[in-house]
Amino acid sequence: MLLRHTPKEVAEREALTINPAKTCQPVGAMYAALGVHGCLPHSHGSQGCCSYHRSVLTRHYKDPVMAGTSSFTEGSSVFGGQSNLLQALANMFTIYDPDLVAIHSTCLSETIGDDLAQIVKKAVDDGKVPEGKKVIYCNTPSYVGSHITGFANMCTGIARGLAEHTGVAKDQVNILPGWVEPSDMREMKGIAARLGANIVMYPDTSDVVDTPMTGEFKMYPAGGATVEAIASSGDSIKTLACGKWASEDAAKWLDANCKVPYEVLDIPVGLSATDRFVQALANAAKVEIPPSFITERGRLVDVIADMSQYLHGKKVALFGDPDQLIPLTEFLLDLDMIPTAIVSGTPGKAFTAKIKELCAEKAPNVNVANGERADMFLMHQWIKNEPVDLLIGNTYGKYIARDEDIPFVRYGFPIVDRIGHSYFPTVGYNGGIRLLEKILGVIMDRQDRDAPETKFELVM
Amino acid sequence: MSADKKLPDPSKLKEEILAKYPPKIARKRDKSMVINDPKLDQEIQSNVRTIPGIITQRGCTYAGCKGVVLGPTRDIVNLVHGPIGCSFYAWLTRRNQTDPGPEGENYMTYCFSTDMQDDNIVFGGEKKLAKAIQEAYDIFKPKAIGVFSTCPVGLIGDDVHAVSRQMKEKLGDCNVFGFSCEGYKGVSQSAGHHIANNQLFRHVVGNDDTPPEGKFNINLLGEYNIGGDGFEIDRIFQKCGINVVCTFSGNSTMGAFEKSHTADLNLVMCHRSINYMAEMMETKYGIPWMKVNFIGAESTAKGLRKIGEYFEDEELKAKIEEVIAEEMPSVKEVAERARTKTDGKLAMLFVGGSRAHHYQELFKELGMETVSAGYEFGHRDDYEGRKVLPTIKVDADSRNIEELKVEADPERFNPRAEDIKLETLQEKGLEVSDYRGMMPDMADNSLIVDDISHWETEKLIDFYKPDVFCAGIKEKYVVQKSGIPLKQLHSYDYGGPYAGFEGAKNFYTDIETILSTSIWKKVKAPWLKKPATDTCLCAEFVA
Repeated sequence: MLLRHTPKEVAEREALTINPAKTCQPVGAMYAALGVHGCLPHSHGSQGCCSYHRSVLTRHYKDPVMAGTSSFTEGSSVFGGQSNLLQALANMFTIYDPDLVAIHSTCLSETIGDDLAQIVKKAVDDGKVPEGKKVIYCNTPSYVGSHITGFANMCTGIARGLAEHTGVAKDQVNILPGWVEPSDMREMKGIAARLGANIVMYPDTSDVVDTPMTGEFKMYPAGGATVEAIASSGDSIKTLACGKWASEDAAKWLDANCKVPYEVLDIPVGLSATDRFVQALANAAKVEIPPSFITERGRLVDVIADMSQYLHGKKVALFGDPDQLIPLTEFLLDLDMIPTAIVSGTPGKAFTAKIKELCAEKAPNVNVANGERADMFLMHQWIKNEPVDLLIGNTYGKYIARDEDIPFVRYGFPIVDRIGHSYFPTVGYNGGIRLLEKILGVIMDRQDRDAPETKFELVM
Repeated sequence: MSADKKLPDPSKLKEEILAKYPPKIARKRDKSMVINDPKLDQEIQSNVRTIPGIITQRGCTYAGCKGVVLGPTRDIVNLVHGPIGCSFYAWLTRRNQTDPGPEGENYMTYCFSTDMQDDNIVFGGEKKLAKAIQEAYDIFKPKAIGVFSTCPVGLIGDDVHAVSRQMKEKLGDCNVFGFSCEGYKGVSQSAGHHIANNQLFRHVVGNDDTPPEGKFNINLLGEYNIGGDGFEIDRIFQKCGINVVCTFSGNSTMGAFEKSHTADLNLVMCHRSINYMAEMMETKYGIPWMKVNFIGAESTAKGLRKIGEYFEDEELKAKIEEVIAEEMPSVKEVAERARTKTDGKLAMLFVGGSRAHHYQELFKELGMETVSAGYEFGHRDDYEGRKVLPTIKVDADSRNIEELKVEADPERFNPRAEDIKLETLQEKGLEVSDYRGMMPDMADNSLIVDDISHWETEKLIDFYKPDVFCAGIKEKYVVQKSGIPLKQLHSYDYGGPYAGFEGAKNFYTDIETILSTSIWKKVKAPWLKKPATDTCLCAEFVA
């Protein structure tokens, strides 16, 4: 057994986190910054942070992830990191020539109290930022929130640093996609295009971390929301913020500073959330939903109807990030599956309330927790007490899946042992089919594996 | 390729690289890039601060301490005191294999953290740490708990050592000890290795005097069982009748560390990460140490023979020869097959503090030339040899890392070998208390680059057009996008083992596979193919 020391009995813990269902803010900020075209993310802290974040993102995407670091030493930790950051900015612009640099802080620079706004201003004043180049930033103290908080903070940093309100309204809708995969962002853009809605989407990591191999390394790949597009988001009709945790802050900023009203939506995972997304986008863009969407939607409904017998009543444990878990739970309920154990390390009271509300009718006994110590260790203990038929979560779930012999669907961040998430979306109706295919695949493989020879089925 | 073949002069390449840098930085990088002349004593600047913004491979002190040295030990609860990320990123990411058996303790699959929150930063985290230690003890009853400090811990002044001491006393049967391995200390992972060595030596080594059972008792230092390397080396030792008391720290247990001082010889694999332990054990217990390299079949044989020489036992020497004779034919067979694909090809290695040197042996056995190499966190002695140790200036960053004051143990110091014997062995080239470093082993005109930056990587690839580039995960896809395969030498691309005889065969096969992977020839779309005008560097000087 790989997790042989995990006892069935759940003991109250007040200080110890074991097998977290989250990581820290800066990695989210780095990922978000990659979604701006020509942007070099920069980690203001010890070089280990940058190395770890680049490594986990690289393992997840199997694509280059470039970023700079202030490489703090003991001296800079005592006297402040200003000179390191100024030097880093000068070096990055000289050596790597990005259009812009997006700085995020770390627990180190936050604890010593480095003032990013002041240092960036000094860099500009001292001529360390070449003409036409930009520096944006956000604070990402690792001891607050989670990687999702960091993603949200950089989204706000992007809006604050680049969005402009000219007063001349533009016939376009902002979509803040939330922390989703490049494939998902591409699909969201596809949905907008098929609807005939003009959108600006950021961050947009499609064609940044899913780049082609052509024999030439491009430090700044073709993708990413352009500075011009982001600038124009201050004049949009509306902002659709997908995911309360990842996107609401930036939407609020645009509302407060650029008078762009916003609506918070779930990330369009599964049938119902996609229904709401499509309608909200059509409404905001003032377009009719074309008949092709009846077809698109109908294909997903068709698969669910055809295969529901394999799904009905199956118990599911899931872990990950709140913006995904909420619509995913709703989708599982639409499939008549029963979520029984749900954890997210990301804090926010709204999460458990929302999950309980969703599950009230069909899965009233769901165990749900989020925030500190809502970890995979706790979820594993819940599973030991109430076994499940399916586990959904990031790669770390494979240890539980193997020990408990549970069919396992990889979903979330990080996925470091399989490919596909970069290329095949799980959002929208098409993404719903992909998710369903993955769920059915593991459940039906299990039935095949466990069936006695007499009951082994050709057709299923 | 013949050994006296001269590589092309990279002076212009170096100039071009430096030309891009601001003058101050160019001056600094100039000293970290040396055009090798193995006949000369050349100095290379290393173990100095990374230049902010340069895009480095390096990680932090915490990574070196928790990730590298303590990570592979299975029966210690490694509790990270800090915000969640540090523990999360070091969770199962280094491929240290371990074999606890069906019932043994194994916490390596777990990730433990105090998950510090803002109120812990403001009001201090000591209480939370003490409580977390208690909770870990209550749930798991481990033999030992290691506490690792992350950046904010040092800044807010949490005393992890005091908390550990108190909890050790309170718990009674659990060895609790701390590491001041905040990420900002030192200039790379290297400082973390040193800190880990110190604390293991201080709190663990020597706790159990039970004498070992074998006839030839050794410790293997600086072998982390990545991809099962340690298992393969253990297999060979077992065949030879050599008893491993403890490996630092692949597949290790606290119990093995505790009696490691009873061994009669320390073998040092990764000089960079563990030489401190070898020296401290020699001073305190009288155990001599020898540098070995079990990467490469020939060097594995050489390492085994060194052990035979040291123990001066004819039976052991004969057994070792028998084992080598038994293992070598199949190694040669695989090498021969692989060499049809690998002969004359070019390799570059930018990794670690030993691997960039050790793996050159395997490439030699494949008939491949290492045109350029460097360490991520090596020191001058890893490049130039320990002879330069007295001349290394200790800068502010290194001075901050504790040097343990070690003296001979009044009762347990027992010199295992006479000085005269050790001198004789050293004269025979056994590298007793010595490591000659990477540079003497590298070809004339090869380019040695310490702490390589992304910009330098791009330029080097452009110049040398290597057939295989060895580095880590951050570089993997950057290099591969350029159409050049990258072999990860931290994770082995999830393959291995590469140590010992079986490992050599695996490596030959993997490099052969890489070099005969069809897709590299189809990177360009057919409609974009131009007539071949690119002159590959290899064509110019590979005979």
